[in-house]
Amino acid sequence: MGSISLKQVSKVFGDTTVIPGLDLQIEEGEFVVFVGPSGCGKSTLLRLIAGLEDVSGGVIEIDGRDATTIAPAKRGLAMVFQSYALYPHMSVRKNIGFPLKMAKMDKAEIDRKVEGAASVLNLTDYLERRPGQLSGGQRQRVAIGRAIVRDPAAFLFDEPLSNLDAALRVNMRLEISELHQQLQTTMIYVTHDQVEAMTMADKIVVLQAGRIEQVGSPLDLYHKPRNRFVAGFIGSPKMNFIEGAEAARHDAAAIGIRPEHLSLSKTEGDWKGTVGVAEHLGSDTFLHLNVDDIGAMTARASGEFDVSHGDRIFLSPRADKIHRFGADGNAIP
Amino acid sequence: MARATSIQRRWMITIAAWSVGLLIFFPIFWTILTSFKTEAEAIASPPSLFAFEWTLENYGEVQERSNYFRHFMNSVVISLGSTLLGLIIAVPAAWAMAFSPTPRTKDVLMWMLSTKMLPPVGVLIPIYLMFRDTGLLDTRTGLVIVLTLINLPIIVWMLYTYFKEIPGEILEASRMDGATLRDEIIHVLTPMAVPGIASTLLLNVILSWNEAFWTLNLTAAKAAPLTAFIASYSSPEGLFYAKLSAASTMAIAPILIMGWFSQKQLVRGLTFGAVK
Repeated sequence: MGSISLKQVSKVFGDTTVIPGLDLQIEEGEFVVFVGPSGCGKSTLLRLIAGLEDVSGGVIEIDGRDATTIAPAKRGLAMVFQSYALYPHMSVRKNIGFPLKMAKMDKAEIDRKVEGAASVLNLTDYLERRPGQLSGGQRQRVAIGRAIVRDPAAFLFDEPLSNLDAALRVNMRLEISELHQQLQTTMIYVTHDQVEAMTMADKIVVLQAGRIEQVGSPLDLYHKPRNRFVAGFIGSPKMNFIEGAEAARHDAAAIGIRPEHLSLSKTEGDWKGTVGVAEHLGSDTFLHLNVDDIGAMTARASGEFDVSHGDRIFLSPRADKIHRFGADGNAIP
Repeated sequence: MARATSIQRRWMITIAAWSVGLLIFFPIFWTILTSFKTEAEAIASPPSLFAFEWTLENYGEVQERSNYFRHFMNSVVISLGSTLLGLIIAVPAAWAMAFSPTPRTKDVLMWMLSTKMLPPVGVLIPIYLMFRDTGLLDTRTGLVIVLTLINLPIIVWMLYTYFKEIPGEILEASRMDGATLRDEIIHVLTPMAVPGIASTLLLNVILSWNEAFWTLNLTAAKAAPLTAFIASYSSPEGLFYAKLSAASTMAIAPILIMGWFSQKQLVRGLTFGAVK
C-alpha cells in the first residue's frame, strides 16, 4: 500500500503554467522529499496528489489505481498542513477523532484509536484541551495524530515545520523520521529547507519552475548533482562556482567546489585569498574569502583554524571533488 | 510626571466619551421623558426636566386606541422572518465567494453593495405595482420578502468578511479527513462562524425592526409593524407629542432591551475586519 505514480501531470492556473508536465514514481514505504525554492511548484504538486487541486493534464495513480478525479477523502491519503489546520472549536480528542467520525466508525473504536495515537505522540495529558491552549509543537503533533489514526496509504506533509522555532524543528524532524521508521508508510514531504531534505529523505526530488531537476538519494545529489541548480541548492554552505579562465583549465564553462572540499594553508596552495568574514561555529569555521583573480568564495575550516579579517591564506581544491559544468549548466561527467 | 499625564488623559477621554454618548442618547431620553408628561407639559416652554407630574395616561390611551400587541407581533414576524430568510440565502452565497472566489467575485460584491446606494424611493412605484398585482400589499409575507431583499447585501457582506477570516486550510483539512460538503458546513464552517452569524443576525433584526420606508408604504392595517404604529400618532392627529412619545417608547423598547443584552456581539459584528 502506498505507491504513487505521476504520469505527465501538469497544472495551469489561468495563463500561468505552474507544472508543465512531469513524471514521478514513488515507491511503497519511501520517504520522499520535494525540495526547491519558493514558487517552484512543490506545494502545488503535493496538493495535486492530495486532490485539493485538479490536474490540468496527466494521470495520478495510487496503488496502481487511477485516482486523477477521485475526491481527496477517497484517496486514502492524510495531510499535515503548514498552519496545522486544527479545528479550533474541538478538543484534541475530537480533532484527532474527526476523520474516524467522518468514516462513521463507532464511538468506542474511535476512542481506542485516538488514545493509541495520543500515546504514540505524547498527547495523552492534553486530550481534553483545545488547540488554542497548546504550544506550536503540540499542535503539530495533534495534526500528525489526526493523520495517523486514519491508517493512510501515504502521508503528505506541506512544510510542517516552518512555523516552529529552530530547536523544536530539529526535534520534530527526528520525531517524524522515527515515525516513518515505525510505520513504514509512504511519506511525501515538502520543504524549501535543504537540511530537512538531506536529513529525512530516502529520495529527494529537486524542483525548479515546475520541472524535476533531479531525483535521487541525498548523497547521490550531493556527490553527483546533474546540473548547476542542484549543485547549488544541495549542500550548506553553498557550492562555490568559478567561471572564466580557471574553469577553462578544466575544459568546462564553470567548475564547482564545495566549501568543505577546499584545503586551507597559511604557507602554500593553488589560490591565494584575503579573509573577509570568519564565522566561528566552534566545530567548524566558515571563511568568506576574496580569492585573487576568482572572486568571492566560501571555505570550511576546522574549528581550531585561527584566522581573522584581512589575513592572507592559500586554498587548494581537492582534485577529485571538482564538479565540471558545461555552458548549458549540465554537469560534465 | 508621565503617570500624571496618563491619568489626566484617561479623564479627558472618559469625559469626551460620556459627552458623545449622552449627546447621542439625549433624543431617546427626551422621548421617554416626554411620554410621562401630560400633553400640556409636553409642549411647555421652557420645558421642565424632571419637575413635572409623572403620568402613565399616555400609555393607557395609546394602548386603548391602537392594538400595540398586533403591531408588535408584526414587527417580530417581519424582522425575524426577513433575517432568517436572508441568512439562508446569504450563507451559501458568502461561502462560495469566500472559499471559491472567481476573478469576478469582488465585482459581484461591489454590485450588491451598490444596490444599497440607490434611493429606495426610486423603485417604490415598480415594487408597489408588483405587490399590488401579486396581492402582497399589506401582508407579512410581502414585507419579509422586501426587507430580505433590502438587507441581503449587508448580510452577505458581513458573512463574507467573517468567512474570509476562517483559514481555507482548515476546510481543506476537513476535506482530506473525509468530510462531505455537508459535513464541512455543519461540523467545521458553521461552528467556527457562529459568532459572526450571531452578530449578523442581531444587526439585521435591528435594521429590519427599524425599517420605516417600506413598512410604511407597503402596509395599511393588517401587516403594519411598530414603525407604522408610531407613524399613526404623528401627522393626522396634530401635535400630540406626549402620546407620540409614548408610542415611540413602546416601539423602541423591545429592540433597545435586546440591543442592551447583545452589546458585545453587536460591537464585535460592527467592528469586525477593521482590526486584524
